[in-house]
Amino acid sequence: MGSLEEHRQLDEAGIARLVAGLRRILATDSLLVAQEDLVPYECDGLTAYRQLPLLVALPTNEEQVVEVLRLCHALRVPVVARGAGTGLSGGATPVAHGVVLSLAKFMRILDVDPVARTARVQPGVRNLAISEAAAPYGLYYAPDPSSQIACTIGGNVAENSGGVHCLKYGLTVHNVLRLRVALIDGTVVEIGSEGLDSPGYDLLALMIGSEGMLGIVLEATVKLTPKPQLAQVAMASFDDVVKAGNAVADIIAAGIIPAGLEMMDKPATAAVEDYVHAGYDLNAEAILLAESDGTPEEVAEEIAAMRAVLEKSGATEIRVSRDEAERLKFWAGRKAAFPAVGRITPDYLCMDGTIPRKHLARVLTRIAELSREYDLRCANVFHAGDGNLHPLIMFDANRPGEVERATGYGGKILELSVEVGGTITGEHGVGIEKVGQMCVQFTQEELAAFHGVKAAFDAHTLLNPGKAVPTPRRCSEYRLTGSAK
Amino acid sequence: MSDLTEQFRERVLAAAVDKAPLRIRGGGTKDFYGNAPAGELLDTTGHAGLVAYEPTELVVTVRAGTRLAELEAALGERGQMLAFEPPHFGETATAGGCVAAGLSGPRRAAAGAVRDYVLGVKLLDGKGEILNFGGQVMKNVAGYDVSRLMAGALGTLGLLLEVSLKVLPKPPAEATLRLELPQDQAIEAMNRWGGQPLPLSATCWSDGLLTLRLSGARAAVAAAKEKIGGEAVADAEAFWRGVREQEDGFFSNAAALWRLSLPAKTAPLSLPGEPLIEWGGALRWLACDGPAAAVREAAARAGGHATLFRGGDRSEGAFHPLPAPLMAIHRNLKRAFDPQGLFNPGRLYKEF
Repeated sequence: MGSLEEHRQLDEAGIARLVAGLRRILATDSLLVAQEDLVPYECDGLTAYRQLPLLVALPTNEEQVVEVLRLCHALRVPVVARGAGTGLSGGATPVAHGVVLSLAKFMRILDVDPVARTARVQPGVRNLAISEAAAPYGLYYAPDPSSQIACTIGGNVAENSGGVHCLKYGLTVHNVLRLRVALIDGTVVEIGSEGLDSPGYDLLALMIGSEGMLGIVLEATVKLTPKPQLAQVAMASFDDVVKAGNAVADIIAAGIIPAGLEMMDKPATAAVEDYVHAGYDLNAEAILLAESDGTPEEVAEEIAAMRAVLEKSGATEIRVSRDEAERLKFWAGRKAAFPAVGRITPDYLCMDGTIPRKHLARVLTRIAELSREYDLRCANVFHAGDGNLHPLIMFDANRPGEVERATGYGGKILELSVEVGGTITGEHGVGIEKVGQMCVQFTQEELAAFHGVKAAFDAHTLLNPGKAVPTPRRCSEYRLTGSAK
Repeated sequence: MSDLTEQFRERVLAAAVDKAPLRIRGGGTKDFYGNAPAGELLDTTGHAGLVAYEPTELVVTVRAGTRLAELEAALGERGQMLAFEPPHFGETATAGGCVAAGLSGPRRAAAGAVRDYVLGVKLLDGKGEILNFGGQVMKNVAGYDVSRLMAGALGTLGLLLEVSLKVLPKPPAEATLRLELPQDQAIEAMNRWGGQPLPLSATCWSDGLLTLRLSGARAAVAAAKEKIGGEAVADAEAFWRGVREQEDGFFSNAAALWRLSLPAKTAPLSLPGEPLIEWGGALRWLACDGPAAAVREAAARAGGHATLFRGGDRSEGAFHPLPAPLMAIHRNLKRAFDPQGLFNPGRLYKEF
């Protein structure tokens, strides 16, 4: 079985062959080889890791993608696919001796079918652009990651992106019907269908969240959802994060599945309020945003039910959005949480563990203890409905030792997530960032099964090598030193 | 209520030594489904019991041999359900069989399929290793999504030991309506209503009658009833059970029953016989003794696929043939999880 370590770098002659071959396939401005042109591709949203690729290919059509893959496959050159580069786990971090295959030029919405409620789009189409194209028909694309203005559907497929509404509307895996995929040898296959299932194994589920390691998405058909007539959000303050966490369980125990159910702790609301002035209660230890959507009657019924539960759970203040403008204002703070924290610290690391919600108090207490141990601040935003926690660790990369302390702190949080029965990544992917912690979450045999899945699609380990699934050697190193690097 | 993991493991290891394939079977309610089972019987029904159920986390974990009826009863006590409304096809149906068969019921178009609710699995692979994938949380992208891959794999990739499923609260209100409509207009209506924010949770057209179920908040169901019109159906629960369990009259006279999965808006197909249509037009049952090729071709032309669900001549296989590159990936995956081909050989495709 191939592995990153076994890839031999091309020699001078090999590189010349690769460049000459790519020049035959691509237009001059679609191939970047000069170092200054490669720099913008040296990292994705995980800026702590940087690596220049050998070169960047920016094909404009399917035939070119297929030809690029065939050539790379023949020369055994690694290929790293890239969308908008907003990923937070380093899934698109280049490999030194590989090609970055940018799908940025695949920006066409090929078809919006209001009767079938589907959109067929190229991989470089932005998440939000799909909803905008569907809006005239009263439809939208449900998954809404915070980066939805910029991130692409190809990247969403690679990471199985979620968002703040996935408790009710699902993740990318629940909202994609069909993918047109180029395999590493250039073969093009259709996975899934415009019906509701396909014969054989559920390869669609396998492709979604595979971090660009099984194939290159050429086209996606996504499900569109009827836009609810009305949405309203209740914002509740709590004087204790544990009470806020229990309120979430109480809402669900009452048989309510809110359209969105989000929590922020005091450091997070403070950072956000200063940035977007959403009107958050700055005295609260935690605030909870609970959204209801549907017909006006349905929303009124559900908001009343949620208000009753929140009051009983000890909310100190409850406000319900009075109109769409206020609803968006309440959400604006939550959606801007990452940039808001970015304003008050030179650098931050965004963690992404998911935990069974009942362990929230234990996990938050431990995160606070670790904050003191590592002497770094941390703000917590939490997709409370589905247990997905985003601790934002603040640090300054220019201060000696802080990068190491921040990654060490982050690693401890991930291990804690696994310890309480959760996972190291809910929606950002493993990428390069959490590849070491994979050795904590999975046994050697389970990791071997993942390598088996990889080999079923890509026998020579050419697609995004070194990401997501560690080799046994990496795990031994990780176990010895606590670091996979 | 016992844990038979160790016995199963020994059995798999022995089978690997003897190179003797195993036929994994729960309650045997879906023996009819897929290609003919082969191998020595491995009965999972002794490996039963709820491992964990956290209603406020919306997650349940059960041993694979647990009866589906028992699982649904336990959820019902807490006002929750399996939202994909799986068919049982008999009282002995198990949770493991439900996931392995990957079959969903009337609520599928609205709520999602089995695979959409699988959060994690514990399985035994063909080397006798116990492997855990996914988990008990709703969002989890660590590693490839192997747990969802098990849904519909018919046990060919491993022996399911435990499954963790997302559960949902039962809707507070439900109503079932019936309208008289010919097939083409019914397909059009289902698609039109499907595109509106209505709490549609199931649809079924058969013999000139379109039956619709609404589920959700009381106010939403009342408003939608008003909008759609039609007549209220008295014994709605029995009706939907009849469709789900195929006890409805439509299914009783089928010599060969085809299951066609198509894009929902597909116009009526020009195949002999009238279908029973579910899932807003995306699932069409057809009793048809004609040649398989004609049915498969019609389904493929419409952008879907056809399964010979019950009866008929299975010499060509029960499932729609796969294009060569996808078949190659299937064989590779099979080899990765079950290198000696021990589990349910040929049940899905004769090639593995």
